Amino acid sequence: MSKALALTGNGACAFAMRQINPDVVAAYPITPQTTIVEEFSSYVADGLVDTELICVESEHSAMSSCIGASAAGVRVMTATSSQGLALMWEMLYIASGLRLPIVMHNVNRTLSAPINIHCDHSDSMGARDSGWIQIYSENAQEAYDNTIQAVRIAEDPKVRLPVMVLLDGFVISHAIDRVEVIDDEVVKSFIGDFKPIYPLLDWENPVTVGSFDGLYGYFFETKRMQAEVMERAKMVIKKVGNDYGKVSGRSYGFFEAYRLDDAEVGIIVLGSTAGTAKVVVDNLRDKGIPVGLLKLRVFRPFPLVEIVEALNHLKALAVLDRADSIGSFGGPLFTEIRSSLYDLSMRPLVVNYIYGLGGRDIDELQIMKVFSDLQDIQETGQAKKAINYLGVRE
Amino acid sequence: MASLRELAKKKNLLTGGHRLCAGCGASITIRQVLLASNYPLVCGVATGCLEVSTTIYPYTAWRCSYIHTAFESVAATISGVEAAYRALKKKGKIEREMKFIAFGGDGGTYDIGFQALSGALERGHRMLYVCYDNQAYMNTGIQRSGATPLGAWTTTTPAGKVIPGKPNWRKDLTACVVAHNIPYVAQASPSHWKDLVSKVEKALETDGPTFINILAPCPRGWRYPESKTIKMAKLAVDSCFWPLYEVEEGKYKLNYQPKEKKPVVEWLQLQGRFKHLFKPENQAILEKFQANVDKAWENLLALAQKT
Amino acid sequence: MKWDIRKIKEWKFYEHPQGITIPEAGNAHYYPTGSWRSQRPEINWDKCTHCLFCFIYCPDSSIIVKGEKVVGIDLAHCKGCGVCAEECPKQAIEMLKERV
Repeated sequence: MSKALALTGNGACAFAMRQINPDVVAAYPITPQTTIVEEFSSYVADGLVDTELICVESEHSAMSSCIGASAAGVRVMTATSSQGLALMWEMLYIASGLRLPIVMHNVNRTLSAPINIHCDHSDSMGARDSGWIQIYSENAQEAYDNTIQAVRIAEDPKVRLPVMVLLDGFVISHAIDRVEVIDDEVVKSFIGDFKPIYPLLDWENPVTVGSFDGLYGYFFETKRMQAEVMERAKMVIKKVGNDYGKVSGRSYGFFEAYRLDDAEVGIIVLGSTAGTAKVVVDNLRDKGIPVGLLKLRVFRPFPLVEIVEALNHLKALAVLDRADSIGSFGGPLFTEIRSSLYDLSMRPLVVNYIYGLGGRDIDELQIMKVFSDLQDIQETGQAKKAINYLGVRE
Repeated sequence: MASLRELAKKKNLLTGGHRLCAGCGASITIRQVLLASNYPLVCGVATGCLEVSTTIYPYTAWRCSYIHTAFESVAATISGVEAAYRALKKKGKIEREMKFIAFGGDGGTYDIGFQALSGALERGHRMLYVCYDNQAYMNTGIQRSGATPLGAWTTTTPAGKVIPGKPNWRKDLTACVVAHNIPYVAQASPSHWKDLVSKVEKALETDGPTFINILAPCPRGWRYPESKTIKMAKLAVDSCFWPLYEVEEGKYKLNYQPKEKKPVVEWLQLQGRFKHLFKPENQAILEKFQANVDKAWENLLALAQKT
Repeated sequence: MKWDIRKIKEWKFYEHPQGITIPEAGNAHYYPTGSWRSQRPEINWDKCTHCLFCFIYCPDSSIIVKGEKVVGIDLAHCKGCGVCAEECPKQAIEMLKERV
């Protein structure tokens, strides 16, 4: 039995956390994540969860405590944003290197300077090489659904990697949306019990976690193993997405292909912008223009084969990046998408639009402009400019 | 209080085969701390000599559960372990009484890990934090830390032509920790093993966060022959540079008063890191050093009398 | 040895424990450090009173104690620092040059 509630994105995340009932949450407040921790704290204060909540003195300590608790052998969650994620940086790599299935919300917000509290993906994109699984959400519903799936994915014995659930700051985190939630009992049985492999609290079998690879050189092997399990995670993510469909009526894959099958030009986006883009796609389709959209959900592991299969028939493709990689050839999503298509003998022309930095609004007109550029590219067979900034005063 | 005969019968939780230097003060300290425990332990260690030398994969010298994460994070990491323990205990999934110890060197405690330590103490985790203070960043090759004494040579405070060693006095970390109003804080030295072991026993029986700052002489960094480690610790205590005291629920207690307070130069002159201070032009630094020691000692005596 | 690491240098990346966690406590016991030694402690049993100071001050857990008595030195691990000889109240330990 599911029911619909009016929840903010952060409220939906906190609601899912209550249902997951993690053993330990260690977190620190930061805009725009704060209301997740606040709402979860009220669940703790009201005795609705059994969680030991550690209100740490920094995000660095938040992730350090999560690592300690997870290595101890219990289910652990946290949440952060922006500067908080940046402060955790060092510990992100340690969480994944030690193969600890910590689940964390990152409410996407840009990085200073100048200080700005609004959405872009600079924070999580910077963490894309940290060995965490990254799952992006389009709206509060997906943020809720992704949270529950993240626990199963992270803790799968074939995976054992930390998972970051991403949602756009303010656009999703603070907007009230209709969210269908599933029953507490269903969530409980869906995620099952956490079975640690080398728990520190198993005092009869003491282990050394975080050993030093100083002299013999097994570091490379551990990284190779992380790459291997990240690859394996694809299967698990797919299976969990299907299983989730059975209990909720909403199945998930690596991405959503929206009116893409017979499209000639398309765009690819992450997160909440997909909602706006769908409206534009519908409008253009009404006019008989064959456009489509790929909304990428799973950025790590990068679903290369499936992406190529979904995009290979396009004539022109625009990659919308809500993060810049200053000094690089385009945004992070662009470089990966364009590289993925390289092996095709017939490949779409691919251009990049960097948009929405520091919360700059993206509207239908801007997306219309992208599609009209794409139609030009399709007609002329050439892209005048590969890297474009959308919505900036220039 | 256990006798040496009793301690020698206990399971040794730090095996030989670790790669700490010959005569290392840290390993003597850690052995004594571990011998004091009567419980299954989870120990966290901050990045440093102790960490890199005792857990070189695929070998570990630790016979209890052990975790290392990063340099500044041991207090937070053990906070997490202890919270996980409470979570399982509450649910009846673990019965056995366990104890949690975080070990950090002076770099990982006085400096980079200070914030995490302060946070963990304030939150009231039931854990013991042990700082093994060897007065510099020894693991990276003897750089000055907040614990390095005045005038000491280190590789980042060399005894130069213009600046003769470290220009600053050291941070009084034990006093900083006392200011957190936690139930038990102490200073100890491996030369006084009985005092050290009983402090650890007391700390582990305390309901709440506890802290022990232990002087751990380092033959490499202090520049003295490796057989003299315990002598170095003892002279630091007898010169009142490193007083042995404890603060229980805010009440100060001096655990050892030397019969005769030795001049601090007796300790300094045996260490190569202070060699340059014995040149005539640096006489004032030696005097300042002694004055600082005297002042801190007088303060401590007053506190012990007052509370 | 519970965890057999004799061929670890040949292990493929997927054969190592997760996160290179060491599953056997205290296996450094099997790692000898005695070769670091340039001098070796020798106990004069006539002088030894079994006060165990050497035991409590040894950095390498190398004083072997059985039934409250010192019975020998673990030369596989003793690094020859000489702390035991220095701290022995009866001067019962002498540091001898290690044969090379």
